[in-house]
Amino acid sequence: MTDLGDVRGDFPLLGRTFEGRPLVYLDSAATTQKPHRVIETIDRYYRELNANVHRGAYRLSAAATDAYEEARAKVARFIGAGSPEEVVFTRGATTALNHVAYGWGLHRLGSGDRILLTVMEHHSNIVPWQMVARLTGAELVYLDVDDEYRVDLSNLDELLDERVKIVSVSGMSNVTGALGPVAELAEAVADTEAVLVVDGAQLVPHAPVDVAALGADFLAFSGHKMLGPTGIGVLWGRPERLADLEPTEGGGEMIVDVTLTDAKWAPVPHRFEAGTPPIAQAIGLGAAVDYLEDLGMDAVRAHEEAITAYALDRLSEIPDLTVYGPRDVATRGGAVSFELGDIHAHDLATILDEHGVAVRAGHHCAKPLMRRLGAVATTRASFYVYNVAEDVDRLVEALWKAREVFGLD
Amino acid sequence: MADLDELYREIILDHYRNPRRRGTLHGPHVHAEGVNPSCGDEFALDLRIEDGVVTDVAIQGQGCSISQASGSMMAEAILGKEVPAVEDLMAKFRLMMGIDEGDSPIDPNRPGSVLGDLEALQGVRRFPVRIKCADLPWTTLADALAKAEAGT
Ligand SMILES: Cc1ncc(COP(=O)(O)O)c(C=O)c1O
Repeated sequence: MTDLGDVRGDFPLLGRTFEGRPLVYLDSAATTQKPHRVIETIDRYYRELNANVHRGAYRLSAAATDAYEEARAKVARFIGAGSPEEVVFTRGATTALNHVAYGWGLHRLGSGDRILLTVMEHHSNIVPWQMVARLTGAELVYLDVDDEYRVDLSNLDELLDERVKIVSVSGMSNVTGALGPVAELAEAVADTEAVLVVDGAQLVPHAPVDVAALGADFLAFSGHKMLGPTGIGVLWGRPERLADLEPTEGGGEMIVDVTLTDAKWAPVPHRFEAGTPPIAQAIGLGAAVDYLEDLGMDAVRAHEEAITAYALDRLSEIPDLTVYGPRDVATRGGAVSFELGDIHAHDLATILDEHGVAVRAGHHCAKPLMRRLGAVATTRASFYVYNVAEDVDRLVEALWKAREVFGLD
Repeated sequence: MADLDELYREIILDHYRNPRRRGTLHGPHVHAEGVNPSCGDEFALDLRIEDGVVTDVAIQGQGCSISQASGSMMAEAILGKEVPAVEDLMAKFRLMMGIDEGDSPIDPNRPGSVLGDLEALQGVRRFPVRIKCADLPWTTLADALAKAEAGT
Protein backbone atom coordinates (compact mmCIF):
# COMPACT_ATOMS: atom_id res chain seq x y z
CA MET A 1 0.00 0.00 0.00
CA THR A 2 2.91 2.38 0.72
CA ASP A 3 6.65 2.31 1.23
CA LEU A 4 6.26 1.20 4.86
CA GLY A 5 6.09 -2.36 3.62
CA ASP A 6 4.49 -5.12 5.61
CA VAL A 7 5.78 -4.74 9.14
CA ARG A 8 3.29 -7.16 10.70
CA GLY A 9 6.04 -9.68 11.27
CA ASP A 10 7.53 -7.30 13.83
CA PHE A 11 4.42 -7.60 16.01
CA PRO A 12 4.11 -10.99 17.69
CA LEU A 13 0.51 -10.51 18.78
CA LEU A 14 -0.60 -10.01 15.20
CA GLY A 15 0.51 -13.57 14.53
CA ARG A 16 -2.44 -14.82 16.59
CA THR A 17 -5.23 -16.38 14.62
CA PHE A 18 -8.95 -16.51 15.25
CA GLU A 19 -10.75 -19.43 13.66
CA GLY A 20 -7.82 -20.04 11.38
CA ARG A 21 -7.54 -16.48 10.11
CA PRO A 22 -5.14 -13.79 11.28
CA LEU A 23 -6.48 -11.29 13.79
CA VAL A 24 -7.51 -8.02 12.21
CA TYR A 25 -6.64 -5.50 14.87
CA LEU A 26 -8.40 -2.19 14.25
CA ASP A 27 -8.28 -0.60 17.69
CA SER A 28 -4.95 1.19 17.68
CA ALA A 29 -6.54 4.47 18.74
CA ALA A 30 -7.24 2.73 22.06
CA THR A 31 -3.85 1.10 22.31
CA THR A 32 -1.32 -0.20 19.81
CA GLN A 33 0.37 -3.57 19.57
CA LYS A 34 4.05 -3.76 20.48
CA PRO A 35 6.96 -4.70 18.22
CA HIS A 36 9.57 -7.28 19.27
CA ARG A 37 12.01 -4.46 19.76
CA VAL A 38 9.94 -2.90 22.55
CA ILE A 39 9.11 -6.21 24.21
CA GLU A 40 12.74 -7.29 24.12
CA THR A 41 14.02 -3.98 25.44
CA ILE A 42 11.73 -4.24 28.45
CA ASP A 43 12.65 -7.88 28.95
CA ARG A 44 16.36 -7.07 28.79
CA TYR A 45 15.93 -4.20 31.24
CA TYR A 46 14.50 -6.53 33.88
CA ARG A 47 17.09 -9.23 33.17
CA GLU A 48 20.16 -7.05 32.99
CA LEU A 49 19.61 -3.52 34.22
CA ASN A 50 16.93 -3.38 36.89
CA ALA A 51 17.74 -0.96 39.73
CA ASN A 52 16.16 2.21 41.03
CA VAL A 53 17.20 5.38 39.26
CA HIS A 54 18.83 8.53 40.60
CA ARG A 55 19.56 6.84 43.92
CA GLY A 56 22.21 4.16 44.10
CA ALA A 57 25.90 4.79 44.13
CA TYR A 58 26.51 1.41 42.57
CA ARG A 59 27.15 0.84 38.89
CA LEU A 60 23.91 -1.01 38.19
CA SER A 61 21.86 1.92 39.41
CA ALA A 62 23.97 4.30 37.36
CA ALA A 63 23.37 2.15 34.29
CA ALA A 64 19.60 2.09 34.90
CA THR A 65 19.64 5.86 35.38
CA ASP A 66 21.55 6.30 32.12
CA ALA A 67 19.07 4.14 30.25
CA TYR A 68 16.13 6.05 31.74
CA GLU A 69 17.64 9.42 30.87
CA GLU A 70 18.62 8.19 27.43
CA ALA A 71 14.96 7.35 26.81
CA ARG A 72 14.10 10.93 27.76
CA ALA A 73 16.66 12.21 25.25
CA LYS A 74 15.21 9.96 22.54
CA VAL A 75 11.69 11.24 23.16
CA ALA A 76 12.97 14.83 23.17
CA ARG A 77 14.66 14.30 19.82
CA PHE A 78 11.58 12.56 18.44
CA ILE A 79 9.36 15.60 19.06
CA GLY A 80 12.02 18.21 18.26
CA ALA A 81 12.40 19.46 21.84
CA GLY A 82 15.31 21.79 22.52
CA SER A 83 16.58 19.59 25.33
CA PRO A 84 15.68 16.46 27.30
CA GLU A 85 14.79 18.68 30.28
CA GLU A 86 11.66 19.72 28.39
CA VAL A 87 10.34 16.15 28.60
CA VAL A 88 8.51 15.09 31.77
CA PHE A 89 7.68 11.41 32.09
CA THR A 90 4.14 10.81 33.34
CA ARG A 91 1.79 7.84 33.56
CA GLY A 92 0.11 8.79 30.29
CA ALA A 93 -1.59 11.62 28.43
CA THR A 94 -4.27 11.82 31.11
CA THR A 95 -1.73 12.39 33.87
CA ALA A 96 0.14 14.89 31.72
CA LEU A 97 -3.04 16.93 31.19
CA ASN A 98 -3.80 16.75 34.91
CA HIS A 99 -0.30 18.09 35.62
CA VAL A 100 -1.15 21.19 33.61
CA ALA A 101 -4.68 21.54 34.98
CA TYR A 102 -3.54 21.31 38.61
CA GLY A 103 0.02 22.62 38.30
CA TRP A 104 -0.84 25.59 36.12
CA GLY A 105 -4.59 26.14 36.16
CA LEU A 106 -5.19 25.74 39.86
CA HIS A 107 -2.56 28.36 40.70
CA ARG A 108 -3.37 30.90 38.03
CA LEU A 109 -7.11 30.81 37.47
CA GLY A 110 -9.61 32.82 39.42
CA SER A 111 -13.26 33.61 39.33
CA GLY A 112 -14.22 35.06 35.95
CA ASP A 113 -11.25 33.51 34.13
CA ARG A 114 -11.94 31.13 31.29
CA ILE A 115 -10.61 27.91 29.85
CA LEU A 116 -11.28 27.45 26.13
CA LEU A 117 -11.76 23.88 24.93
CA THR A 118 -13.45 22.25 21.93
CA VAL A 119 -16.44 19.91 21.93
CA MET A 120 -14.36 17.22 20.22
CA GLU A 121 -12.12 16.65 23.25
CA HIS A 122 -11.54 13.31 24.95
CA HIS A 123 -12.82 13.22 28.54
CA SER A 124 -9.21 13.49 29.72
CA ASN A 125 -9.04 16.98 28.20
CA ILE A 126 -12.36 18.05 29.71
CA VAL A 127 -12.78 16.55 33.17
CA PRO A 128 -9.50 17.84 34.72
CA TRP A 129 -10.44 21.34 33.57
CA GLN A 130 -13.92 20.97 35.03
CA MET A 131 -12.38 19.93 38.33
CA VAL A 132 -10.00 22.88 38.37
CA ALA A 133 -12.75 25.26 37.24
CA ARG A 134 -14.84 24.13 40.18
CA LEU A 135 -11.96 24.82 42.57
CA THR A 136 -11.08 28.22 41.14
CA GLY A 137 -14.40 29.65 39.97
CA ALA A 138 -13.16 29.72 36.37
CA GLU A 139 -15.57 28.90 33.54
CA LEU A 140 -15.26 26.56 30.58
CA VAL A 141 -16.08 27.74 27.07
CA TYR A 142 -16.11 25.53 23.99
CA LEU A 143 -15.44 25.84 20.30
CA ASP A 144 -17.97 23.83 18.30
CA VAL A 145 -17.40 21.49 15.35
CA ASP A 146 -18.76 22.20 11.87
CA ASP A 147 -20.58 19.99 9.36
CA GLU A 148 -17.23 18.63 8.19
CA TYR A 149 -16.41 17.54 11.76
CA ARG A 150 -13.61 20.14 11.98
CA VAL A 151 -13.33 22.53 14.91
CA ASP A 152 -15.35 25.60 14.01
CA LEU A 153 -13.20 28.70 14.38
CA SER A 154 -15.76 31.18 13.07
CA ASN A 155 -16.41 32.64 16.54
CA LEU A 156 -12.87 32.26 17.86
CA ASP A 157 -12.28 36.02 18.02
CA GLU A 158 -15.37 36.42 20.10
CA LEU A 159 -14.54 33.58 22.51
CA LEU A 160 -10.83 34.28 22.85
CA ASP A 161 -11.04 37.41 24.95
CA GLU A 162 -8.81 38.53 27.82
CA ARG A 163 -10.64 36.27 30.26
CA VAL A 164 -9.25 33.16 28.54
CA LYS A 165 -6.11 31.99 30.34
CA ILE A 166 -5.83 28.46 28.96
CA VAL A 167 -6.69 27.02 25.57
CA SER A 168 -6.56 23.23 25.32
CA VAL A 169 -7.22 21.30 22.12
CA SER A 170 -6.75 17.83 20.75
CA GLY A 171 -4.27 17.49 17.91
CA MET A 172 -6.40 14.70 16.42
CA SER A 173 -9.80 13.44 17.46
CA ASN A 174 -9.96 9.85 18.62
CA VAL A 175 -13.58 9.69 17.38
CA THR A 176 -13.79 11.48 14.02
CA GLY A 177 -10.09 11.45 13.22
CA ALA A 178 -10.24 15.19 12.50
CA LEU A 179 -7.00 17.08 12.98
CA GLY A 180 -7.29 19.86 15.55
CA PRO A 181 -6.66 23.50 14.57
CA VAL A 182 -3.38 23.68 16.47
CA ALA A 183 -1.63 26.11 14.11
CA GLU A 184 -4.60 28.46 14.00
CA LEU A 185 -4.98 28.45 17.78
CA ALA A 186 -1.24 28.93 18.26
CA GLU A 187 -1.40 32.02 16.11
CA ALA A 188 -4.47 33.31 17.89
CA VAL A 189 -3.10 32.87 21.42
CA ALA A 190 0.30 34.31 20.51
CA ASP A 191 -0.78 37.83 21.34
CA THR A 192 -2.85 36.92 24.40
CA GLU A 193 -1.93 35.88 27.92
CA ALA A 194 -3.31 32.39 27.36
CA VAL A 195 -1.20 29.24 27.21
CA LEU A 196 -1.93 26.63 24.54
CA VAL A 197 -2.11 23.00 25.63
CA VAL A 198 -2.22 20.29 22.97
CA ASP A 199 -3.59 16.84 23.70
CA GLY A 200 -1.28 14.90 21.41
CA ALA A 201 -2.46 11.42 22.42
CA GLN A 202 -3.58 10.70 18.86
CA LEU A 203 -1.43 13.21 16.99
CA VAL A 204 2.06 12.29 18.16
CA PRO A 205 1.78 8.56 17.28
CA HIS A 206 0.40 9.23 13.82
CA ALA A 207 2.07 12.31 12.35
CA PRO A 208 5.44 14.05 12.49
CA VAL A 209 5.38 16.54 15.36
CA ASP A 210 7.98 19.22 15.89
CA VAL A 211 7.34 21.16 19.08
CA ALA A 212 9.60 23.95 17.86
CA ALA A 213 7.08 24.63 15.10
CA LEU A 214 3.88 23.53 16.86
CA GLY A 215 3.29 26.79 18.69
CA ALA A 216 2.07 25.04 21.84
CA ASP A 217 3.13 25.69 25.42
CA PHE A 218 2.41 22.13 26.56
CA LEU A 219 1.98 18.84 24.73
CA ALA A 220 0.65 15.63 26.31
CA PHE A 221 0.82 12.10 24.89
CA SER A 222 0.82 8.42 25.84
CA GLY A 223 3.44 5.76 25.11
CA HIS A 224 0.99 2.89 24.69
CA LYS A 225 -0.65 4.50 21.69
CA MET A 226 2.68 4.68 19.84
CA LEU A 227 3.96 1.11 20.14
CA GLY A 228 5.30 1.62 23.67
CA PRO A 229 4.15 0.07 26.94
CA THR A 230 1.29 1.23 29.15
CA GLY A 231 2.05 3.28 32.25
CA ILE A 232 4.27 5.82 30.51
CA GLY A 233 3.42 9.12 28.89
CA VAL A 234 4.92 12.50 28.31
CA LEU A 235 4.30 16.09 29.20
CA TRP A 236 6.42 18.34 27.05
CA GLY A 237 6.55 22.01 27.99
CA ARG A 238 8.37 25.11 26.85
CA PRO A 239 11.25 25.62 29.30
CA GLU A 240 9.85 28.91 30.61
CA ARG A 241 6.44 27.31 31.14
CA LEU A 242 7.82 24.26 32.92
CA ALA A 243 9.81 26.61 35.15
CA ASP A 244 6.51 28.19 36.25
CA LEU A 245 4.54 24.96 36.51
CA GLU A 246 3.89 23.81 40.08
CA PRO A 247 4.46 20.16 40.93
CA THR A 248 1.20 18.41 41.78
CA GLU A 249 2.69 15.41 43.53
CA GLY A 250 5.22 15.49 46.33
CA GLY A 251 7.59 12.74 47.35
CA GLY A 252 11.01 11.33 46.70
CA GLU A 253 13.02 12.25 43.60
CA MET A 254 11.32 15.60 43.18
CA ILE A 255 13.22 17.53 45.87
CA VAL A 256 16.75 18.75 46.56
CA ASP A 257 16.17 19.37 50.25
CA VAL A 258 13.49 18.66 52.79
CA THR A 259 13.20 20.03 56.31
CA LEU A 260 10.45 19.43 58.84
CA THR A 261 8.53 22.39 57.51
CA ASP A 262 9.62 22.90 53.96
CA ALA A 263 10.99 21.38 50.80
CA LYS A 264 12.94 22.74 47.88
CA TRP A 265 12.04 21.39 44.49
CA ALA A 266 14.48 19.56 42.27
CA PRO A 267 15.14 21.13 38.88
CA VAL A 268 12.80 20.55 35.93
CA PRO A 269 11.86 17.89 34.85
CA HIS A 270 12.52 15.82 37.98
CA ARG A 271 10.36 18.01 40.18
CA PHE A 272 7.37 16.62 38.26
CA GLU A 273 8.41 12.98 38.69
CA ALA A 274 7.74 12.25 42.36
CA GLY A 275 8.48 8.73 43.50
CA THR A 276 10.05 5.87 41.61
CA PRO A 277 9.16 6.45 37.98
CA PRO A 278 8.02 3.80 35.49
CA ILE A 279 11.60 2.99 34.51
CA ALA A 280 11.14 -0.06 32.30
CA GLN A 281 8.21 1.67 30.61
CA ALA A 282 10.23 4.79 29.84
CA ILE A 283 13.00 2.68 28.36
CA GLY A 284 10.39 0.72 26.40
CA LEU A 285 9.01 3.98 25.05
CA GLY A 286 12.54 4.89 23.96
CA ALA A 287 12.65 1.66 21.95
CA ALA A 288 9.24 2.46 20.41
CA VAL A 289 10.53 5.86 19.37
CA ASP A 290 13.59 4.22 17.79
CA TYR A 291 11.29 1.90 15.87
CA LEU A 292 9.07 4.74 14.64
CA GLU A 293 12.12 6.79 13.64
CA ASP A 294 13.42 3.88 11.61
CA LEU A 295 10.11 3.72 9.77
CA GLY A 296 10.13 7.49 9.47
CA MET A 297 7.16 9.54 10.68
CA ASP A 298 6.54 10.94 7.20
CA ALA A 299 6.14 7.39 5.95
CA VAL A 300 3.93 6.52 8.94
CA ARG A 301 1.68 9.45 8.10
CA ALA A 302 1.66 8.63 4.37
CA HIS A 303 0.71 5.03 5.11
CA GLU A 304 -2.10 6.20 7.35
CA GLU A 305 -3.46 8.59 4.74
CA ALA A 306 -3.39 5.84 2.16
CA ILE A 307 -5.09 3.19 4.29
CA THR A 308 -7.66 5.68 5.58
CA ALA A 309 -8.49 6.75 2.04
CA TYR A 310 -8.88 3.12 1.06
CA ALA A 311 -11.08 2.42 4.09
CA LEU A 312 -13.33 5.43 3.48
CA ASP A 313 -13.67 4.36 -0.10
CA ARG A 314 -14.55 0.76 0.68
CA LEU A 315 -16.92 1.74 3.49
CA SER A 316 -18.83 3.94 1.06
CA GLU A 317 -19.83 0.75 -0.82
CA ILE A 318 -21.92 -0.40 2.11
CA PRO A 319 -25.53 0.77 2.14
CA ASP A 320 -26.84 2.54 5.26
CA LEU A 321 -23.34 3.16 6.57
CA THR A 322 -22.66 6.66 7.94
CA VAL A 323 -19.10 7.78 8.63
CA TYR A 324 -18.66 10.45 11.30
CA GLY A 325 -15.56 12.26 10.15
CA PRO A 326 -13.91 14.34 7.45
CA ARG A 327 -13.77 12.90 3.93
CA ASP A 328 -10.50 14.59 3.01
CA VAL A 329 -7.68 12.42 4.32
CA ALA A 330 -5.31 15.38 4.38
CA THR A 331 -7.35 16.81 7.27
CA ARG A 332 -7.67 13.66 9.34
CA GLY A 333 -6.04 10.64 10.87
CA GLY A 334 -6.91 6.98 10.81
CA ALA A 335 -9.67 6.74 13.43
CA VAL A 336 -12.85 6.05 11.47
CA SER A 337 -16.16 6.08 13.37
CA PHE A 338 -19.34 4.90 11.74
CA GLU A 339 -22.87 3.60 12.20
CA LEU A 340 -24.51 0.89 10.13
CA GLY A 341 -28.29 1.15 9.77
CA ASP A 342 -30.06 0.43 13.04
CA ILE A 343 -27.38 -1.98 14.24
CA HIS A 344 -26.17 -0.77 17.59
CA ALA A 345 -22.39 -0.34 17.86
CA HIS A 346 -22.08 -3.08 20.48
CA ASP A 347 -23.95 -5.54 18.35
CA LEU A 348 -21.80 -4.61 15.41
CA ALA A 349 -18.60 -5.03 17.43
CA THR A 350 -19.76 -8.47 18.59
CA ILE A 351 -20.47 -9.56 15.02
CA LEU A 352 -17.13 -8.20 13.78
CA ASP A 353 -15.36 -9.94 16.63
CA GLU A 354 -16.90 -13.24 15.54
CA HIS A 355 -15.18 -12.58 12.20
CA GLY A 356 -11.83 -11.92 13.87
CA VAL A 357 -12.05 -8.14 13.46
CA ALA A 358 -11.35 -6.17 16.65
CA VAL A 359 -12.94 -2.71 16.73
CA ARG A 360 -14.10 -0.35 19.42
CA ALA A 361 -17.76 0.39 20.14
CA GLY A 362 -19.26 3.01 22.38
CA HIS A 363 -18.78 6.66 23.23
CA HIS A 364 -14.96 6.57 22.97
CA CYS A 365 -14.55 8.70 26.11
CA ALA A 366 -15.93 11.69 24.23
CA LYS A 367 -19.55 11.92 25.33
CA PRO A 368 -19.93 15.66 24.63
CA LEU A 369 -18.83 15.07 21.03
CA MET A 370 -21.16 12.10 20.67
CA ARG A 371 -24.07 14.22 21.89
CA ARG A 372 -23.07 16.97 19.49
CA LEU A 373 -23.02 14.49 16.60
CA GLY A 374 -26.37 13.08 17.71
CA ALA A 375 -24.90 9.61 18.04
CA VAL A 376 -25.30 7.44 21.12
CA ALA A 377 -22.57 5.01 20.27
CA THR A 378 -20.42 4.49 17.21
CA THR A 379 -18.21 1.71 15.97
CA ARG A 380 -14.64 2.78 15.40
CA ALA A 381 -11.98 1.18 13.25
CA SER A 382 -8.55 2.74 13.71
CA PHE A 383 -5.40 2.04 11.76
CA TYR A 384 -1.70 2.02 12.38
CA VAL A 385 1.60 1.06 10.79
CA TYR A 386 0.84 -2.67 10.74
CA ASN A 387 -2.56 -2.47 9.07
CA VAL A 388 -2.79 -3.44 5.42
CA ALA A 389 -5.45 -3.25 2.73
CA GLU A 390 -6.60 -6.81 3.48
CA ASP A 391 -7.54 -5.69 7.00
CA VAL A 392 -9.93 -3.18 5.47
CA ASP A 393 -11.26 -5.89 3.13
CA ARG A 394 -11.91 -8.19 6.08
CA LEU A 395 -13.71 -5.37 7.88
CA VAL A 396 -15.90 -4.70 4.88
CA GLU A 397 -16.65 -8.39 4.42
CA ALA A 398 -17.69 -8.67 8.08
CA LEU A 399 -19.89 -5.57 7.78
CA TRP A 400 -21.80 -7.23 4.93
CA LYS A 401 -22.24 -10.26 7.21
CA ALA A 402 -23.60 -7.97 9.91
CA ARG A 403 -26.17 -6.66 7.46
CA GLU A 404 -27.26 -10.24 6.90
CA VAL A 405 -27.50 -11.08 10.59
CA PHE A 406 -29.67 -8.02 11.15
CA GLY A 407 -31.70 -8.66 8.02
CA LEU A 408 -30.85 -5.32 6.37
CA ASP A 409 -31.41 -5.35 2.64
CA MET B 1 -21.19 -18.30 12.79
CA ALA B 2 -23.83 -20.49 14.42
CA ASP B 3 -23.25 -18.63 17.67
CA LEU B 4 -24.23 -15.37 16.03
CA ASP B 5 -27.48 -16.84 14.75
CA GLU B 6 -28.19 -18.11 18.26
CA LEU B 7 -27.48 -14.64 19.65
CA TYR B 8 -29.49 -12.62 17.19
CA ARG B 9 -32.64 -14.70 16.94
CA GLU B 10 -35.51 -13.29 14.96
CA ILE B 11 -37.53 -12.65 18.09
CA ILE B 12 -34.72 -10.61 19.67
CA LEU B 13 -34.44 -8.40 16.62
CA ASP B 14 -38.19 -8.05 16.61
CA HIS B 15 -38.28 -6.84 20.23
CA TYR B 16 -35.31 -4.54 19.50
CA ARG B 17 -37.05 -2.97 16.53
CA ASN B 18 -40.55 -2.99 18.00
CA PRO B 19 -40.14 -2.71 21.74
CA ARG B 20 -43.31 -3.54 23.65
CA ARG B 21 -44.73 -1.33 26.37
CA ARG B 22 -42.50 1.60 25.54
CA GLY B 23 -43.57 4.85 27.16
CA THR B 24 -44.21 6.30 30.59
CA LEU B 25 -46.92 5.79 33.20
CA HIS B 26 -49.18 8.45 34.64
CA GLY B 27 -50.68 8.15 38.08
CA PRO B 28 -48.98 6.39 40.99
CA HIS B 29 -45.97 4.28 40.08
CA VAL B 30 -42.31 3.71 40.92
CA HIS B 31 -39.55 4.65 38.51
CA ALA B 32 -36.07 3.14 38.31
CA GLU B 33 -33.13 3.74 35.99
CA GLY B 34 -30.07 1.74 35.11
CA VAL B 35 -26.97 2.34 32.99
CA ASN B 36 -23.98 0.30 31.95
CA PRO B 37 -21.29 2.95 32.23
CA SER B 38 -18.81 0.90 30.22
CA CYS B 39 -21.01 0.71 27.13
CA GLY B 40 -23.55 3.47 27.69
CA ASP B 41 -26.67 1.30 27.51
CA GLU B 42 -29.59 2.89 29.33
CA PHE B 43 -32.79 1.38 30.60
CA ALA B 44 -35.59 2.76 32.74
CA LEU B 45 -38.97 1.51 33.80
CA ASP B 46 -42.19 2.69 35.39
CA LEU B 47 -43.98 0.08 37.45
CA ARG B 48 -47.44 0.20 39.00
CA ILE B 49 -48.11 -2.33 41.73
CA GLU B 50 -51.60 -2.62 43.17
CA ASP B 51 -52.48 -5.15 45.86
CA GLY B 52 -49.24 -6.99 45.22
CA VAL B 53 -49.81 -7.31 41.47
CA VAL B 54 -47.96 -5.58 38.63
CA THR B 55 -50.88 -3.84 36.99
CA ASP B 56 -48.94 -1.63 34.59
CA VAL B 57 -45.43 -1.27 33.26
CA ALA B 58 -43.76 1.06 30.80
CA ILE B 59 -40.15 1.07 29.63
CA GLN B 60 -37.70 3.61 28.27
CA GLY B 61 -34.10 3.39 27.21
CA GLN B 62 -31.56 3.14 24.44
CA GLY B 63 -28.80 0.73 23.71
CA CYS B 64 -27.89 -2.49 22.00
CA SER B 65 -30.38 -5.04 20.75
CA ILE B 66 -29.67 -7.38 23.66
CA SER B 67 -30.36 -4.87 26.42
CA GLN B 68 -33.41 -3.40 24.74
CA ALA B 69 -34.93 -6.72 23.67
CA SER B 70 -34.36 -8.12 27.14
CA GLY B 71 -36.22 -5.13 28.61
CA SER B 72 -39.10 -5.40 26.16
CA MET B 73 -39.58 -9.12 26.82
CA MET B 74 -39.27 -8.54 30.54
CA ALA B 75 -41.98 -5.88 30.48
CA GLU B 76 -44.37 -8.25 28.76
CA ALA B 77 -43.47 -11.10 31.05
CA ILE B 78 -44.05 -9.30 34.34
CA LEU B 79 -47.33 -7.57 33.49
CA GLY B 80 -50.17 -9.02 35.52
CA LYS B 81 -47.90 -11.08 37.75
CA GLU B 82 -47.88 -11.01 41.54
CA VAL B 83 -44.65 -9.64 43.02
CA PRO B 84 -43.41 -13.05 44.27
CA ALA B 85 -43.94 -14.45 40.77
CA VAL B 86 -41.92 -11.53 39.33
CA GLU B 87 -39.15 -12.30 41.79
CA ASP B 88 -39.26 -15.93 40.80
CA LEU B 89 -38.98 -14.93 37.14
CA MET B 90 -35.97 -12.75 37.93
CA ALA B 91 -34.29 -15.62 39.74
CA LYS B 92 -34.94 -18.02 36.87
CA PHE B 93 -33.69 -15.52 34.32
CA ARG B 94 -30.47 -15.02 36.23
CA LEU B 95 -29.96 -18.78 36.47
CA MET B 96 -30.61 -19.21 32.77
CA MET B 97 -28.04 -16.53 31.94
CA GLY B 98 -25.46 -17.96 34.34
CA ILE B 99 -25.44 -14.69 36.29
CA ASP B 100 -26.38 -16.62 39.42
CA GLU B 101 -24.79 -20.01 39.89
CA GLY B 102 -26.99 -23.06 39.68
CA ASP B 103 -28.67 -25.30 37.16
CA SER B 104 -30.53 -23.59 34.38
CA PRO B 105 -34.27 -24.04 34.92
CA ILE B 106 -34.89 -24.13 31.18
CA ASP B 107 -36.32 -27.36 29.76
CA PRO B 108 -34.49 -28.05 26.48
CA ASN B 109 -37.26 -30.38 25.34
CA ARG B 110 -40.02 -27.83 25.77
CA PRO B 111 -38.67 -24.47 24.58
CA GLY B 112 -40.54 -21.54 26.06
CA SER B 113 -42.21 -23.55 28.80
CA VAL B 114 -40.44 -21.80 31.67
CA LEU B 115 -39.55 -18.25 30.61
CA GLY B 116 -41.44 -17.87 27.35
CA ASP B 117 -39.86 -15.56 24.78
CA LEU B 118 -37.11 -14.70 27.24
CA GLU B 119 -35.56 -18.07 26.57
CA ALA B 120 -34.39 -16.65 23.24
CA LEU B 121 -31.75 -14.77 25.25
CA GLN B 122 -29.93 -17.99 26.13
CA GLY B 123 -27.62 -17.45 23.16
CA VAL B 124 -26.07 -14.52 25.02
CA ARG B 125 -24.41 -16.92 27.44
CA ARG B 126 -21.77 -17.71 24.83
CA PHE B 127 -20.82 -14.02 24.73
CA PRO B 128 -19.74 -13.28 28.29
CA VAL B 129 -19.09 -9.60 27.62
CA ARG B 130 -22.71 -9.20 26.56
CA ILE B 131 -24.38 -10.81 29.57
CA LYS B 132 -24.43 -7.51 31.40
CA CYS B 133 -26.42 -6.08 28.48
CA ALA B 134 -29.14 -8.70 28.94
CA ASP B 135 -29.09 -8.19 32.70
CA LEU B 136 -29.45 -4.40 32.73
CA PRO B 137 -33.30 -4.34 32.63
CA TRP B 138 -33.42 -6.93 35.40
CA THR B 139 -31.16 -5.04 37.78
CA THR B 140 -33.34 -2.01 37.06
CA LEU B 141 -36.44 -4.07 37.83
CA ALA B 142 -34.89 -5.24 41.11
CA ASP B 143 -34.30 -1.62 41.96
CA ALA B 144 -37.92 -0.72 41.15
CA LEU B 145 -39.24 -3.57 43.29
CA ALA B 146 -37.06 -2.45 46.18
CA LYS B 147 -38.42 1.07 45.82
CA ALA B 148 -41.98 -0.22 45.74
CA GLU B 149 -41.30 -2.29 48.84
CA ALA B 150 -39.86 0.73 50.63
CA GLY B 151 -42.88 2.71 49.58
CA THR B 152 -41.03 5.43 47.70
C1 LIG C 1 -7.45 12.13 22.16
C2 LIG C 1 -7.08 11.41 23.42
N1 LIG C 1 -6.69 12.11 24.49
C3 LIG C 1 -6.32 11.52 25.64
C4 LIG C 1 -6.35 10.16 25.79
C5 LIG C 1 -5.98 9.58 27.11
O1 LIG C 1 -4.88 8.76 27.02
P1 LIG C 1 -4.48 7.81 28.24
O2 LIG C 1 -5.70 7.02 28.57
O3 LIG C 1 -3.39 6.97 27.67
O4 LIG C 1 -4.03 8.67 29.36
C6 LIG C 1 -6.77 9.39 24.70
C7 LIG C 1 -6.83 7.92 24.83
O5 LIG C 1 -7.84 7.27 24.83
C8 LIG C 1 -7.14 10.02 23.50
O6 LIG C 1 -7.54 9.31 22.44
